[in-house]
Amino acid sequence: MLKGKKVAVFGERDDVTGLAIRHCVEAAGAEVVYETTSCFV
Amino acid sequence: MAPPPMSANPVIRTASYCLVHAPELVRYGSKPWRETAKDASFERRLAERLRGFEAAVAYPPNQTFIGNLSPEELAALPRPWHSGVVGAGPCSASGRFGEILPQDVFYAILKQADILEPALVELSDAAHKGMLAALQGHPVLSRLGAPNSRDVSASKLRAEVQTGAALALELSGELVGCVRRDDRAEGREDQNLDARTLLEGLCAKATAAMALAWLLERAGIDAQAIDFVISCGEEATGDRYQRGGGGLAKAVGEMCGCVNASGMDIKNFCAAPASALITAGALVKAGLYERIAVVAGGSLAKLGMKSEAFIEQGIPILGDCLAAHAFLVTRDDGESPVLHLEPHAVGTATIGSSTSDEAVYRNLLLEPLAALGLTMRDIDKFAPELHNPEIMEHSGSGDVAHKNYRMIAAMAVLAGSIEKQEMESFIERVGMVGFAPTQGHIPSGVAYIGHALEALRSGRSRRVMILSKASLFLNRLTGLYDGVSFILEANPQLTNRPPEA
Repeated sequence: MLKGKKVAVFGERDDVTGLAIRHCVEAAGAEVVYETTSCFV
Repeated sequence: MAPPPMSANPVIRTASYCLVHAPELVRYGSKPWRETAKDASFERRLAERLRGFEAAVAYPPNQTFIGNLSPEELAALPRPWHSGVVGAGPCSASGRFGEILPQDVFYAILKQADILEPALVELSDAAHKGMLAALQGHPVLSRLGAPNSRDVSASKLRAEVQTGAALALELSGELVGCVRRDDRAEGREDQNLDARTLLEGLCAKATAAMALAWLLERAGIDAQAIDFVISCGEEATGDRYQRGGGGLAKAVGEMCGCVNASGMDIKNFCAAPASALITAGALVKAGLYERIAVVAGGSLAKLGMKSEAFIEQGIPILGDCLAAHAFLVTRDDGESPVLHLEPHAVGTATIGSSTSDEAVYRNLLLEPLAALGLTMRDIDKFAPELHNPEIMEHSGSGDVAHKNYRMIAAMAVLAGSIEKQEMESFIERVGMVGFAPTQGHIPSGVAYIGHALEALRSGRSRRVMILSKASLFLNRLTGLYDGVSFILEANPQLTNRPPEA
């Protein structure tokens, strides 16, 4: 589903971080064009 | 049988927790301030949603923060908590760990915290008399300095606020004081010394001093007995050449009369209290100091942080309290819970490990346990970020405490301590509901220490792990986040003592 797609990643420090999402989508063949992890507290 | 030897590890002897209900300072929080600059009507809509002192006192998470409710009792109360909970029981502004102070008395403490000449904080002569009388009659806070009675007239205050030269301090909409910038020649051109930035520092100092005064009271020791103070709040004080330079620890110690103490500030975003407690413990263990007070004041910038969502939903602004805490770290007294400082017993997120969430949690959770020959099943309670879910969920951020517990439970599965299907029951057993106001460093695990000390002394718990996180990436200088953890254990002297006849 994600193979060859470009993905913008928005993660959260107290939940799934951007890094963890990056690892998942890259494993699925996507290219991460933007990644950030936010802190909402 | 001979009792076990006294531990080489330090103990956390007591803790204090205080709140200041400050509805008329919420407008000076970062978010309300920025929204009002864009749309002046925001301040009126904000004011309509502010609650009174009695409602803030009756609010169950606040009662939990100052020790009148346990986290378990809070979890059993139906929500929403903000609408007045049936069955919450009697509540009080006085708590087992500290108190909830109204803003009029706080203004008097704010005035006491101001040491500059010409003054930064001015109060009208009429209002100040009553505030000062309340402060001087306070059983704990009367120690916070000699009264400063050089007040100004209401008309002079009004003129100063109307020109925009000073920020208004109000009580029920009535102007009772103001906060000025540093208008001396050396401060006039410095944006770090404007009224709002200086008010941030003054609030941090005044609230930390409250918590330290309560700590001394709870510990039953004189201020002169403290030989080191560590401040671990997030506020950056200083001028254009050294913003964030520090000095809050000694400023707070000075205000409380800790004349024999030295001190320093520790910065590590929300994890600073955990870092400071570990540092304090190490200093005590090394024999450099005997009684260290670890203190942190409240964050003016974070007042009303989520207010936009609350206004939209027509519910009270719950981020209306400044919060502060203090901890007393000493050598083993044979009774207080022990802070484990054996090699590798403290959890840290190394720079290299921060490329993987799993690696971070292994560092934070599993390595300290392994160093002590323990598993995750040996910890009775984990205390991660304990933000009040009612604040976080209304603003769309979800239950932060529960999210952290999911990660902890996932690591327990990976470590083989529990089966995957046990995750929810594991969280139920080792977790708790969040109850701390969203004040940065205040909710970061250490909000539970007051309750933990009681549970560990009474035998209800054997071990507790405190876990804090820090968003280092907010400094725009790194993409890293940090984590710090430590384990508290019931004092072996206490657990091996025969029961009293």
